[in-house]
Amino acid sequence: MDTEIVKRIAHLSRIALPEAELPQVADQLERIFALVAEMQAVPTEGIEPMAHPLDLQQPLRPDLLRQECLSREELMASAPHAQDGLFLVPKVIE
Amino acid sequence: MELHQMGVTELAAGLRKKDFSAVELSDALLQRIRKSQDAINAFISVSEELALAQANAADQRRAQGDANPLLGIPLAHKDIFCTRGQRTTCGSKMLADFISPYDATVVQRLQGAGMVSLGKLNMDEFAMGSSNETSFFGPVRNPWDRARVPGGSSGGSAAALAARLLPAATGTDTGGSIRQPAAFCGVTGLKPTYGRVSRYGMIAFASSLDQGGPMARSAADCALLMDAMAGHDALDSTSHPQGAGRFSAALGRNLQGLRIGVPEEFFGDGLDPEVAQAVQDAIQWYASQGAEIRPVRLPNNAHAVSTYYVLAPAEASSNLSRFDGVRYSHRSAVSADLQDLYLQSRYEGFGPEVRRRILIGSYVLSAGYYDAYYRKAQQVRALIREDFRRAFAEVDVIMGPATPSTAFALGAKSADPVAMYLADIYTIAVNLAGIPALSLPCGFSKDGLPIGLQIMGDYFADELILGLGDAYQRDSDWHRRSPSGEGQ
Repeated sequence: MDTEIVKRIAHLSRIALPEAELPQVADQLERIFALVAEMQAVPTEGIEPMAHPLDLQQPLRPDLLRQECLSREELMASAPHAQDGLFLVPKVIE
Repeated sequence: MELHQMGVTELAAGLRKKDFSAVELSDALLQRIRKSQDAINAFISVSEELALAQANAADQRRAQGDANPLLGIPLAHKDIFCTRGQRTTCGSKMLADFISPYDATVVQRLQGAGMVSLGKLNMDEFAMGSSNETSFFGPVRNPWDRARVPGGSSGGSAAALAARLLPAATGTDTGGSIRQPAAFCGVTGLKPTYGRVSRYGMIAFASSLDQGGPMARSAADCALLMDAMAGHDALDSTSHPQGAGRFSAALGRNLQGLRIGVPEEFFGDGLDPEVAQAVQDAIQWYASQGAEIRPVRLPNNAHAVSTYYVLAPAEASSNLSRFDGVRYSHRSAVSADLQDLYLQSRYEGFGPEVRRRILIGSYVLSAGYYDAYYRKAQQVRALIREDFRRAFAEVDVIMGPATPSTAFALGAKSADPVAMYLADIYTIAVNLAGIPALSLPCGFSKDGLPIGLQIMGDYFADELILGLGDAYQRDSDWHRRSPSGEGQ
């Protein structure tokens, strides 16, 4: 786990890790993956991967608007920057 | 007995007999909460006005003949549950100013039963931690010894119960976050069967593992809370259609002929001898009541921690991608463009442990590593579930310690993530399988710290394990002991 890999996954994660933090994070991830590595020795050939504890079908409902919907104003009340019912972000296209 | 020493059942009787009103009760506890805050830091928000309004409404409902057993009983919610019109932070700077526009189903159901919400409880940031030290709002202190952690992530819930600030609380458990703090603080907590308690409005960490549950000072009180909390919810696609139950009706069980499995894997190296002794003594109590003790094997429990630290971060990295600085979360002031806004807001808004887990998740899901880590971990998860399946063909329940040690000192493990992760070695497999488990006090160490017994059941055996916890608590008083000075 070198700092280049940490840089790459930090970017995939959209987290701006400062250069100065990379070595320490790399070291911690290295130790975590050393713990995780023991799992590789477990024989799992032919074992169906388990994604979820319940073997349930996803329930479906009619594709209709629910009556008790929240209003746009309520849903946007915690937005850091909003105007006229729209979220504001830095300019994307000049 | 003073009001703050009473459990849910005793308080319900007092309210019914009109020994005191719901307003008087909430008022008394709110005063204790105010006084405790500097010493314990169990709360992130206290909602006095709302609590007194709800208590008043409960008194009126009672006057009109409503006899719901939870009517007028105070509680507080772990700050992972959305509460309409109130701040819901998940212990994070990222959501420090988030006002939820809706109530979680659990919040709504307990409120519907007439419970009075006193506020929101401190927790590890996004429920990622085993000590409550990752909270943006500062660590919670263990009322039994304020130099020690209360456990986590539901540390505020457990500490508030131990300090007699409230008789009931909600918690959530992804890898032990109800059971480990319950053990460290000498209280009782249930991690229900996956799917019995709705996850709607419970901020997601690892969706295939997260389960909300009750925390209180007895199994009987947890059962009363489950009566109201559990049940199918159309708003949660993983909610089980048969989730509801009459948990409190299953108490007072006969133990004759009960088969208890004891896994040798839970009593190996790394287990504190004092914890081992107290847990063995509790198991012997069940034997003395007519239960049969049998050894069982859970060989793949050894891989539970490593499996968990692939799967939980993978799910977390996906769930936490919604915190983008645009819609409802912390927004960086220094960003130049949209990409930079995401990057900076997420760096500033998340603490080091949450960032670490997102990084792990992104790594194990990225091209070239998916099969070696994510798929492999899902296969080992299947083996862990198979261990339980095999064991439950032979026994009714499995018993062991909830934690390898008693509460550790603040700061003892915070610099070493791996040491912290190993604190959950006995609780994680339960979440991977999706089965229910109860943690309840079964003794104290020489240092006066609580020790927790864990009772694990098969799918939908929540009623059974609550009944077994209740049977033990009818004949023991560990759960009635309170810390000297109660942390104040």
